[in-house]
Amino acid sequence: MDDVVIRVENVTKEFKLPLERRNSLKSTIINFYKTKKKYTLQKALNHTSFEVRKGEFFGIVGRNGSGKSTLLKMLAGIYSPTEGSIDVKGKLVPFIELGVGFSPELTGRENVFLNGALLGFSRQEMEQMYDEIVDFAEIRKFMNQKLKNYSSGMQVRLAFSIAIRAKSDILLIDEVLAVGDAAFQTKCFDYFTELKKSDTTVVFVSHDRGSLERFCDRGILLNDGDVVSAGNIRSVLKEYDKIVMGQLEGNTEAFKKNKKQLNPKEQKKIVNIKEVKTYDSKNNIKNKFNYEDDIFIEYEAVVNENIINPIAGITVWKKNVERPIFATNTLIEGIEATGSFKKGEIIYLKTQLPKHINDGEFYIEPAIANESATIFYDKIDNAKEFFISGSENPYSIISPMDKSTFLKK
Amino acid sequence: MFKRLFSKRNRVLVSELVRTDFKLRYQGSVLGYVWSLLRPLLLFLILYVVFVKFLKVGNGIPNYPVYLLFGMIMWNFFVEMTSQSLSSIVGRGDLIRKIRIPRWIIVISSSISAVINLLLNLVVLSVFIIFNHVQITGAITVLPIIFVELYIFSLGVSFFLATSFVRYRDINYVWEVLLQAGFYLTPILYPLSRINNLLFQKLLILNPMAQIIQDARYVTVTKDTITNYALYRGEPYFFIPFVIVVVIFIFSANYFRKRSKFFAEEI
Repeated sequence: MDDVVIRVENVTKEFKLPLERRNSLKSTIINFYKTKKKYTLQKALNHTSFEVRKGEFFGIVGRNGSGKSTLLKMLAGIYSPTEGSIDVKGKLVPFIELGVGFSPELTGRENVFLNGALLGFSRQEMEQMYDEIVDFAEIRKFMNQKLKNYSSGMQVRLAFSIAIRAKSDILLIDEVLAVGDAAFQTKCFDYFTELKKSDTTVVFVSHDRGSLERFCDRGILLNDGDVVSAGNIRSVLKEYDKIVMGQLEGNTEAFKKNKKQLNPKEQKKIVNIKEVKTYDSKNNIKNKFNYEDDIFIEYEAVVNENIINPIAGITVWKKNVERPIFATNTLIEGIEATGSFKKGEIIYLKTQLPKHINDGEFYIEPAIANESATIFYDKIDNAKEFFISGSENPYSIISPMDKSTFLKK
Repeated sequence: MFKRLFSKRNRVLVSELVRTDFKLRYQGSVLGYVWSLLRPLLLFLILYVVFVKFLKVGNGIPNYPVYLLFGMIMWNFFVEMTSQSLSSIVGRGDLIRKIRIPRWIIVISSSISAVINLLLNLVVLSVFIIFNHVQITGAITVLPIIFVELYIFSLGVSFFLATSFVRYRDINYVWEVLLQAGFYLTPILYPLSRINNLLFQKLLILNPMAQIIQDARYVTVTKDTITNYALYRGEPYFFIPFVIVVVIFIFSANYFRKRSKFFAEEI
């Protein structure tokens, strides 16, 4: 396997996000002897491994914040990995962002030379290519204008025209097609087609399904820093679709939830439902289940005021289904006297879902109400999401317990 | 590092960054590059009026106006280079976050802008040297070595400042105050001979900037100035300023090299 040009092995990248800004000397001196942790670790990539072969068009797919750009920046050598190793063979040119070093106060012409130098071209080389670049970008009459007077489309065209001159073995491309009109996009596509024929290796990050499918051979799908899927680009994109669809439908619910979390002080609730957990019969906490798994849901709630006989319940909704698919509470189950709770005590509720719920995305709505069920002490619309797969039955909410019996009688 | 400085790609990059720097500096000014020459001229005029005509500080020192201007030019170079370099890494954050270029190139190119300015100032200075009939001797051949020392010292300080500014934005203000203090602790406006206490003279000259400025004046303008050598002839203390320069440079370059991996995430 000597044709591997990029080898990423077990790469983890962590960012230290400071809890309190410690950008000044004063706070450094004051905090010098404090031993407590001053930052949270944000894992952008989690033990990622993959290989890119020579001449390949390799796609990196994922939602915003999934670690794509971090990965690309590490390939480009801008960030260094916290753990693991990255091996790149050959000259690599990153187009992480177009127009690096463009300065709005300089003219288009001057910017061409500056940008060229950043890509490794001497002034003479740039002189020779200058006309080609300007013609490709179609902005000859603006070249002596300051860059700040360019439209964003013009800037991108200019930057792209310079960047494609860079002859390199490996290109890193990060969503460059987002700007530019149709005619310019056609030019980009022509360029990619040309690249595909040559033996240049391209690592391509994009949201644009169409161009990914059209150009890439293989790819990986990142989700929260993990490689969720790898291999043929079509299968990777299929997985990507699933994630995106789930995200879109979850958005409104997630929004409501976030809004609630943003101002916890305003909502001094009588009880506070804490983290909701889902787990299987082996007590593995997870949120992706097979349809044959036993699924348990539990939560705890902190009581902030003395209360008597609260009703605690759990409702489960399926995405795109109007009514809850599952609902239970202490009252329905016949426990009328749940007892008195003092401030600081904990309410615990655990329930098990029926088996053989078909594939889909679900969200849990825990609630605690007063004795007469007239007010909610606390209720979270979308406290937790979980996923079920494996049944391949899109027609109904549940599947039969066992195989149906079919006979001729 | 110095071998890599001369690779084709890095050379091109440095020259392009310096060019940009200069273009941007005189952006929108009517006189443009002329200011580079006009500034030392006007400075000379002020120094001349205040210190030669009004205060008469330098009585007894031959060619005092040139002596004064030379010290001022060298100090200004140090101030310009270190303050520009201080913000160079943070100021070029857009580059660092988006492309892989050797980080030190950014500090080097901002230092080169300062060197070019120094050279322009020296042009003005040499006009005054001729105008004032300063006797140039063979000793002036040592001057380039003194400038190399000045550059290495400034570069060392610059590396340190640029690196720490990424993490601590107060360095900016701290450095401003230190420069202000350094200006008065260095015999720039006053001749070292004006300090009557020999111990103080000996302490002041240990500051590399004082040693550099006095040596440069000695080899160029007049033998009538107190140098490190004159004060510490034959004593080991003579080497202290040079040791400071070397130690600062090595320490800072290392500090820069170690931290530069994280510039992209920390800026």
